[in-house]
Amino acid sequence: MEHITLLLAIVIVTALVFDFTNGFHDTANAMATTISTGALKPKTAVTMSAVLNLVGAFLSVEVAKTISGGLVNESGITVEVIFAALVGAILWNLLTWLIGLPSSSSHALFGGLIGATLMSVGASGVNGDVVVTKVLLPAIAAPLVAGLAALLATRLTYKLAGKADEKATAKGYRAGQIASAGLVSLAHGTNDAQKTMGVITLALVTGNVIAPGSNPPMWVIVSAGVAIALGTYLGGWRIIRTMGKGLTDLRPPQGFAAQTSAATVILASSHLGFSLSTTQSCSGAVMGAGLGRKGGVVRWSTATRMFVAWGLTLPAAGLVAAAAEFLTGQGTWGIVAVGVLLVGGSAFIWALSRRKPVDHTNVTDDEIGEPAGVVTTAMAAISVPPTAGALAAEDFKTTIPAPAGSSAEPASPAAV
Amino acid sequence: MKIDWAALGSVFGVSLVVTVALVGLFTLGIVGLSKQESASAQGGGSAVLARTGAYACFALCAAAVSYGIYLIVV
Repeated sequence: MEHITLLLAIVIVTALVFDFTNGFHDTANAMATTISTGALKPKTAVTMSAVLNLVGAFLSVEVAKTISGGLVNESGITVEVIFAALVGAILWNLLTWLIGLPSSSSHALFGGLIGATLMSVGASGVNGDVVVTKVLLPAIAAPLVAGLAALLATRLTYKLAGKADEKATAKGYRAGQIASAGLVSLAHGTNDAQKTMGVITLALVTGNVIAPGSNPPMWVIVSAGVAIALGTYLGGWRIIRTMGKGLTDLRPPQGFAAQTSAATVILASSHLGFSLSTTQSCSGAVMGAGLGRKGGVVRWSTATRMFVAWGLTLPAAGLVAAAAEFLTGQGTWGIVAVGVLLVGGSAFIWALSRRKPVDHTNVTDDEIGEPAGVVTTAMAAISVPPTAGALAAEDFKTTIPAPAGSSAEPASPAAV
Repeated sequence: MKIDWAALGSVFGVSLVVTVALVGLFTLGIVGLSKQESASAQGGGSAVLARTGAYACFALCAAAVSYGIYLIVV
C-alpha cells in the first residue's frame, strides 16, 4: 500500500467511479421491465438488484485476465492510458444517461482504451480485427438474438395463456420476471464488477505495487463490489424509463418473456464463447417482446436514437480518452487538468439532469406513451438528440484545455 | 480476421430454444394453476392433475434458474 503514488490513487478512484456509473447505467438491464410492469416497486427493484450485484461481485474469483479482451496490446499500457480511458468511458456513460439511452458500459471502456492507446502508442497498439469480432459483430448480433427469442417467447406465451384470466396469470408472470431479473443482476455483478477489479489490478501491476499475475487484494474486490452496488441502488432512472416505457409498452407476459430472453442470452453467450453486451441484449429483448404481442408497437424513433448511441459509443469515448491521454502526456498539470475536467464535466451533466429530474417517483409515469405534444416537448427539453449529443462530446474534447466552467458554455446550446 | 461463426450460431440456437422452452413451461404452469382454481371451485378431480402439472412445470423452471446460478458461479 505504501508504494501507491498519487497518480495510482487517482486512477483507482476513477476506476471505482466508472464502476459506479456502470452499476448506475445498467440497473435498467435487470430492472426496467420489472419496474414498468409493476412486478416490483421501483425502490424495491433497485435494492434487490444492488444486493445481487454485490453478491455477484464476490461469487466468482476468476478475475478478468484482460480488461480489453485483446482489443489493445496491453503490454504497452501505462497508468496514464488507463486513467484517460476511464475518463472517456465515464463521460460517455454520464452523457448517455442524461439523454436516457441505454448503451454498453463495456463498449465505452473499450472505446476509451482504444482512443488512449491510439494517442499514446499509435495504431500499432490496437487490433483492428478484434474490434470487428468483439464489438461490431456482437453489437448487431445481440439485439437480433435476444429480440427474436423474446418475440417468439411472447407469441407462445400469449397463445398458451390466451384463454386464462389475465388477472389470475399476472401474478405468476411477475414472479417469473423477478427471477429472471435476479439472474441478470447476479450475472452483471459477476461480470462487470470484475472488469473494474481487472482495471485496478492492472493499474496496480503497472505501478509495480503488486506482482504481475497476482490476484486482486481483498480491498479491491470489496470496493469494486460496493461501488457497483451503490450505483445500482441509486438507479439510472432515465434509462430505466426509456427501456421500460420508452421503447414499447410492456405487459406482464411481455416483461417476463423479455427478461427471460435477456437472462438466457447473457448466460448462453458468456458460456459458449461469444460475448454479447448485456445492455444490447436487454434492449433487443424488450423490442422483441414489444413486437410479439398483437397490437404491440415499438417506438422506432427512440430505438433509432439508441442505435445511434451504440454506434457512437466507441468513437466518442475514444475521442475523449485520446484528448485526455494527450493532456496527461503533458506532465503533472495535464493530469490535474484531466481530473478537474472529469469532475467539472460530471457536475455539469448532473446539473443539466436536475432541470427535468427522473427518479423513482415518476419513472413509470405514462406521459411518454401519449401521442400529445406535451411529451415530445418535455422529452426534447431534457434530451439532447443523438447528433447533438455527439457534438456535445466533441465540445468536451475541444475545450478540454479550458477550465471546467467554460467547457459548459459551448455544450449548453445543444441541450436546449 | 477469424469470426467464430460456430460459437455465434450456438449462442443463437441455444438462446432461442431455451428461452422459448422456459417461457412455454412457465406459462403452462401459470395456466395450470389458474385452471386448478376454477376446477376445485367446481369440485372436480382434474384439479389435482392441473396442480401437479403446474408444479412440475415450475420445478423444471426452478431447475433452469439453479443451472443459471451454477453457470454464473463456476
